[in-house]
Amino acid sequence: MKLNLRRLPEYLVIWVPLLLAAGQIVTFALWTTWISFTSATLMPSGDWVGLKNYTNVLATRNWKIAFDNLLIFGFGFVVLTALTGLFLAILLDQRIRGENVLRSIFLYPLALSFVVTGTAWSWLLNPGMGVQKLVNDLGWTGFRFDWLVDRDMAIWTIVIAGIWQSSGFAMALFLAGLRSVEPDLVKAAQIDGAGPFRLYTRVILPSLWPIVIAVMVILIQTAIRTFDLVRALTGGGPGIATQLPALVVYDFMFQRGQLGRGSAAAVLMLLTLAAVLLPYGIWKYVQRRRAANA
Amino acid sequence: MSALMIRDLHKRFGSVDVLKGVNLDIESGEFIVLVGPSGCGKSTLLNIVAGLEKPSGGTIEIGGRMVNDVAPSDRDIAMVFQSYALYPSMTVRQNITFGMECRNVPRAARDKAVEHVSKLLQIEPLLNRKPSQLSGGQRQRVAMGRALVRDPLLFLFDEPLSNLDAKLRVEMRAEIKQLHARIGTTIVYVTHDQVEAMTMATRIAVMHHGEVQQFADPETIYNRPANLFVARFMGAPPMNTLPARVDGGRVMLGDGSVALPIDAVGLGARDVVLGIRPECIAEPGRRFGDAAPLIIKARVEMIEPTGAETIVTLRLAGEKMIGRVAPDVRLAVGAEAEFAIDVRKLCLFDPKTERLI
Ligand SMILES: Nc1ncnc2c1ncn2[C@@H]1O[C@H](COP(=O)(O)OP(=O)(O)OP(=O)(O)O)[C@@H](O)[C@H]1O
Ligand SMILES: [Mg+2]
Repeated sequence: MKLNLRRLPEYLVIWVPLLLAAGQIVTFALWTTWISFTSATLMPSGDWVGLKNYTNVLATRNWKIAFDNLLIFGFGFVVLTALTGLFLAILLDQRIRGENVLRSIFLYPLALSFVVTGTAWSWLLNPGMGVQKLVNDLGWTGFRFDWLVDRDMAIWTIVIAGIWQSSGFAMALFLAGLRSVEPDLVKAAQIDGAGPFRLYTRVILPSLWPIVIAVMVILIQTAIRTFDLVRALTGGGPGIATQLPALVVYDFMFQRGQLGRGSAAAVLMLLTLAAVLLPYGIWKYVQRRRAANA
Repeated sequence: MSALMIRDLHKRFGSVDVLKGVNLDIESGEFIVLVGPSGCGKSTLLNIVAGLEKPSGGTIEIGGRMVNDVAPSDRDIAMVFQSYALYPSMTVRQNITFGMECRNVPRAARDKAVEHVSKLLQIEPLLNRKPSQLSGGQRQRVAMGRALVRDPLLFLFDEPLSNLDAKLRVEMRAEIKQLHARIGTTIVYVTHDQVEAMTMATRIAVMHHGEVQQFADPETIYNRPANLFVARFMGAPPMNTLPARVDGGRVMLGDGSVALPIDAVGLGARDVVLGIRPECIAEPGRRFGDAAPLIIKARVEMIEPTGAETIVTLRLAGEKMIGRVAPDVRLAVGAEAEFAIDVRKLCLFDPKTERLI
């Protein structure tokens, strides 16, 4: 390949940061993996201990709760966010007035960091100052909404805040998908006599599958690596009721000074991510191959 | 019985007048072709008939029933789209039965209808495939099957053949014509291909700028075009039109050096636009009817042999004209040659109103 000198600045601008970033990610992933097999504590050095860190981590109550929570949070957050986003997209798709304004409003939470979202919702959901207090002050003194301090329900407050933050993003993708449906299909369905429900369930949504899956995958990986939202909203509490894997990693590494175990937990998270992303990658690859062959 | 009656139909998109007072009366059993250049409002008209667009003014009657406020599915129509608009997630069978599914037709009746239609269109082997697994021609057939299965009062076709290659298009054209002969349902068929219009229609509506320019049978449209637009639009190569002057029983072409006899009693002396079809200009040996042919001399400017005939561009009385001669006639570009002219089919137009005189 002949290097075009005049384009050298472009190459530099693109490739240098890319290689640095990729190198950094790969290096640290490998390094973390290495540490996870050692007895490292405060310092990143130690003897090879095999899978001991993993068995240790998997045996802790902390990790079990974190993983159960991840299942609840992951499922609730992903499904409800996608449904909310889809619902908003369908409503916006009715060519209503003020669509642009509404779209911006729904997308706005995405511009906030999870820390801001978490903090704001921690105030809203705080029984002493948020929604419960408001309703109480309005006269319904018996009203209770104290999920934030309820061991069993606290995880759902994180789901709620997560939905609030991310459903605008799902909506934007779904709306783009709805808008790309061929108009003649809708006309044909109208002539066939399909009502709105059947129109969406039988004609429009089935052609939206690729987008649904893409949205799901993005939301799932968001769910798996959620850290800041929980930190700001519940701090993992009450107790450790709302622990998530990322918090456990943080806890091991920086609170208790057990780098080996923290690394093992981090690698476990990486494996969970891979379990989601690899099938998706393979599916996309197969699809592209099939499209190229067709 | 009148299958479709359109009265004073108007359609505005914002400030753009797309349809400006369309009137059409279509008898039951007719095969009507709406033809016109791109953007003249054909699809808009069809969509309004189907109920997919609201008219800005005017009325639509289907089968004697006023349908302005009737939903598309209750208008007793079926439509075939240029893009076919097959539901991609459904099999061919589901595509065909979707309308019946929406109307809660029992399963047995659905199966019977599918069987009937798929036999008629020879798509039985395709019933369990998805649209993405079909060729263009097969998709076309399935789209027609979906329309046929409704057994409607009126079929609406929006350029159904324009996505097919030339050979398939000719085949399907013949097939649709036969189908119409067999089932006899009224068809309104949109195209901008004037060959399709001429070969299939019982009557043609030529549209331009949102108005029906002429609504008549193909022969009238071809031989007695109502105005210059229709004259130039229908026919390939198009009709020659050139300034001329009638005086007594003659019409003087172009610079006045050539005169043709014409039956134009009562016109007096006036300027006209003369229309003459390319096939009315042929090699000198050609006989048109019983009369002795009129022979003129003209300079050959270009020849285009097509195999079956040779299209020749010639200069006559200072005007460029196109003629069609037999393929075995030898012509030299740049030389004068003799041509026979068929004077029976000359058309005269008013230069101001552009209407047929
Ligand atoms: N929804 C719309 N909004 C604004 N203008 C429109 C709309 N639909 C059609 N038009 C305009 O109306 C005119 C007629 O469109 P139409 O689709 O009926 O043309 P057509 O005769 O079917 O052309 P073609 O042969 O290309 O299909 C065009 O100028 C088009 O730009
Ligand atoms: Mg059109």
